[in-house]
Amino acid sequence: MTTTEPRIIPMGLALNEAMDIAMGLDEKVFLLGEDIAEPSGGVYKITKGLSTKYGTHRVRKTPISEAAIIGAAVGAAIAGYKPVAEIMIMDFIAVCLDQITNHAAKIRYMSGGQTTVPLVIRTSAGAGRQFGAQHSEMLEAWAVHTPGLKVVVPSNPADAKGLLISSIFDPDPVLFVEPMLMYWDPQYACDVPVGDNRIPLGKANIVREGKDVTVISYGKQVHDAVKAAEILAGEGVSVEVIDLRTLVPLDEATVLASVSKTKRAVVVHEAVTRCGFGAELSSRIHEELFGTLAAPVARVGGQNTPVPYAKNLETAFVPQVADIVAAIKSLNK
Amino acid sequence: MATTNRPDSPDRETLVQMYEIQNKIKTTDERFRSMLTSGQIQLIYYSPRGQECISAGYAVHLRPDDYVVTIYRGLHDHLAKGVPMRELWAEFLGRSTGTCKGKGGPMHITHPDSGLVVTTGIVGSGIPIANGFGLAAQLAGTDQVTVVNFGDGASNIGAFHEGMNMAAVWKLPVIFVCQNNLYGEHTPMSMSTGVEYISERGAAYGMPAVTVNGNDPVAMWHAAGEAIARARAGEGPTLIEARTYRFYGHLMGDAMEYMPKEERKAAMAADPVPAFRAWLLENGHATEAQLAEIEDKIVAMVDDAVEFAMNSPEPSLDELYTDVYEEIIK
Repeated sequence: MTTTEPRIIPMGLALNEAMDIAMGLDEKVFLLGEDIAEPSGGVYKITKGLSTKYGTHRVRKTPISEAAIIGAAVGAAIAGYKPVAEIMIMDFIAVCLDQITNHAAKIRYMSGGQTTVPLVIRTSAGAGRQFGAQHSEMLEAWAVHTPGLKVVVPSNPADAKGLLISSIFDPDPVLFVEPMLMYWDPQYACDVPVGDNRIPLGKANIVREGKDVTVISYGKQVHDAVKAAEILAGEGVSVEVIDLRTLVPLDEATVLASVSKTKRAVVVHEAVTRCGFGAELSSRIHEELFGTLAAPVARVGGQNTPVPYAKNLETAFVPQVADIVAAIKSLNK
Repeated sequence: MATTNRPDSPDRETLVQMYEIQNKIKTTDERFRSMLTSGQIQLIYYSPRGQECISAGYAVHLRPDDYVVTIYRGLHDHLAKGVPMRELWAEFLGRSTGTCKGKGGPMHITHPDSGLVVTTGIVGSGIPIANGFGLAAQLAGTDQVTVVNFGDGASNIGAFHEGMNMAAVWKLPVIFVCQNNLYGEHTPMSMSTGVEYISERGAAYGMPAVTVNGNDPVAMWHAAGEAIARARAGEGPTLIEARTYRFYGHLMGDAMEYMPKEERKAAMAADPVPAFRAWLLENGHATEAQLAEIEDKIVAMVDDAVEFAMNSPEPSLDELYTDVYEEIIK
């Protein structure tokens, strides 16, 4: 019998492994983005070493031209390749949104299924480093609002790896949102299986079981939800935490089963609260379970402002563990 | 006479083939406009009339596995690349038998078997996508080329700049065909564009660029042939500015107040399709009987396609949610 030692690695390395595995499995997989080849290996080092291993024809450094990057990925995907395009920071999605929403998302439909766009757009996102209003946003709701796109937001290195390999081999365009603060921070490192351990898109993870309240989240806020659950456990409140992992497709069955049991739900995300994904999910829960709920669904999200620069204001923008605790308590009154 | 006489003109067969494509476009366009005017059909329609020689001039150099990307004014490119007439008409009419099952419409004609891979309704957006097809061919090591068509107006949008630069840096096998019909929507080029010739912009990217009379089939054939040969040989992209004129304004129903009457009258008097026909006859490249036979065949083909499309059903309502993703996600 062999035992496997846990292999604790950060999300940045797990993402690198995912791309390495996908490129090794299929020569149609290639990467393109700003600065991604050696010697830099990407501004966050996520593609470190891959251009040396696979060549600069498959790990392609591009001009600072986001529309050209996504456009090239769209065309190559239709022609049978599996491009993985890196948009350095999620706010830059705004300068290539036409290629994403009018083309990547709609081409399968507009062509009646004759042409498909199996590409992945990897992008880093989130506040917390005082990068200011144009380098800190979580814009996943834009993509969720666009039929044709899939949207993935991993919360830990093992999921990041398994979900990215699945995304690369998915037949449809995937926006893969990487919480920037989790790339190399050892507090978010975890045991990541060696090899091709894919996690299917559309399957939520029940991170912690509980019976009184369901907290539904994704990305970095899953960790805050778990912290809130730990605090409340000491006060006799049993909190179930669901990590959605993917917003499209959405594992609605897992959410509804949990909320049917607990009768109370809180949706947590970093993106601004107004028209955020929480609004959609809250609405779906109310539509399906109105008669069952013991309290209205609560939302905890970012403030309805641009992301501020000053440290105190930035912290005030981002939902904190205390906000989640307060929201849960408000449902138990 | 718009057609150039040169000793290195294409052979007789190619010349007649170009005329056949031009006539197919002209005949199809005339039928669409007459059915729209008489109220038999209703759809948003961007006439390509006047621009036939450009598509015919590049298309005869292409193989079925070469790619063409075009825009909403794309009917001439669709037909030149070989999109079948029946499926094309059915798609324009929103029928289940259309190229895209009626789900794309005239602005999104797609027919991969012919190599017509993208039609976009967004000005300039086909340019970066064409690079992706070029990149795919380059990565695979094939000698396929991609022709991307756009108007003079598209040369003022950011996608043009980003796409041209990337194609030049990566030496992609892409031919950028700017069909310069002198108007971007309702605005003349002189009021929107800082250069006299779009081809001047090639220098900004280190890309070979040429201006050609797009209404001269032989000149267009030469320019396209040189660019396509260079792309096939791995020598990178070319910008071709093909000067032309759109006879019927931006879209069907356009009052065309912004187009000087005399200018339009002169352009229509110099209609390049009948001019090329006359040139073929005068120079002994074709006989009257031969061309009449081609024209009759095309009329029959259009008759057949119209009947096919008009008698085809609309898509089933079940199609609403198919093709959003590979599996159905609601």
